[in-house]
Amino acid sequence: MKAHLTRRYRFSASHRLDSHAMSAEENLATYGKCNNPHGHGHNYTLEVTVSGPVDSATGMVCNLVDLDAFVEREVVSRYDLENLNTLKEFAQTVPTTENLCIEIYEILQRGFQKAHLDTVRLEETMMNSFEYAGAAEARR
Amino acid sequence: MVYLTRKAEFSASHYYHNPDFTPEQNRAIFGKCNNPNGHGHNYTLEVTVKGEVDPRSGFVVDLKQLKEIMHREVLDAMDHRFLNKEVPEFLTLIPTTENLAIAVWQRLETKLQKAQLHRVRVYETPDLFVDFYGEA
Repeated sequence: MKAHLTRRYRFSASHRLDSHAMSAEENLATYGKCNNPHGHGHNYTLEVTVSGPVDSATGMVCNLVDLDAFVEREVVSRYDLENLNTLKEFAQTVPTTENLCIEIYEILQRGFQKAHLDTVRLEETMMNSFEYAGAAEARR
Repeated sequence: MVYLTRKAEFSASHYYHNPDFTPEQNRAIFGKCNNPNGHGHNYTLEVTVKGEVDPRSGFVVDLKQLKEIMHREVLDAMDHRFLNKEVPEFLTLIPTTENLAIAVWQRLETKLQKAQLHRVRVYETPDLFVDFYGEA
C-alpha cells in the first residue's frame, strides 16, 4: 500500500525581490513593495511530502527521525534567520518563493534517499503558497 | 468531477511496537513512541469523496449520510480509545498515521453509495499528516 506523508517545518527569513535583468523602474513596477531596498521578512511554513510503500515491519513510509534530521540540517538551518539575498544560490536568482521552493526540492531530491520525494510546498504568508513537484504533477 | 471533503476529530492513544523486534530494536526505531503505556493525539480526519453533482439535489453526496457513515464505521470505533488494545486492526498492525489512513479507507470504501472515495487524510498533529488514495 502506497501512502503519502507530509511534515511541516517553519523558518523565518528576509528577502528582497529585485532582478538584475530589469531596470530600476521595471523592478519597481514588477515587484512593488517587495522591491523596497532594505527587504522584508516572512515566517515561512515548509511542507515536505514523501511517498512510498508502508513498511510492514514499522508501519511507516519513512522514519520521521530521518526526515526531520535531514530537513533541519540541510534546509531549516540553511535558511532560518537568514537574508536570502546574501546566499550564493540567490546571487543570480531572484529569491521569490517559487525559486526557494525549487531550491529546497532540489536539496531534498539530491540528498534524501529514504523515501520518494513528492512535493515541496511553501507558505509565504497565510494568503500565498507555492508547490513544486519536480517533473511530475502535484498529487491533489 | 467535484471533490467534497468532510472533517472530523477524534482523540485516541497508541504506541508503536513490533513484537518481532528485540526491545533494543523497538526502542531504536520508535524512540519514546515505544512506551507501552501509550501517548495520545487529537487526530483530525479528512475524508474526500468525488462524484458528479446530482441535478435534482445539487449534491455530490448527502453530507448527513457521509457524517453518519464516518461515525458508524470509524469514529465510534476509534474515538477515546487505546488503538492498540481496542481497535481490531491494531491488535496486530502498528497504529502509525500511515496505517490509520489505510484502515479508515478500508472501513469507508465499500460503504459509500453514490460518490467515490478519493482521499483519506489523517493528521496526527497539525504538523504531520498522511494521505492515502487507495493505491496498492
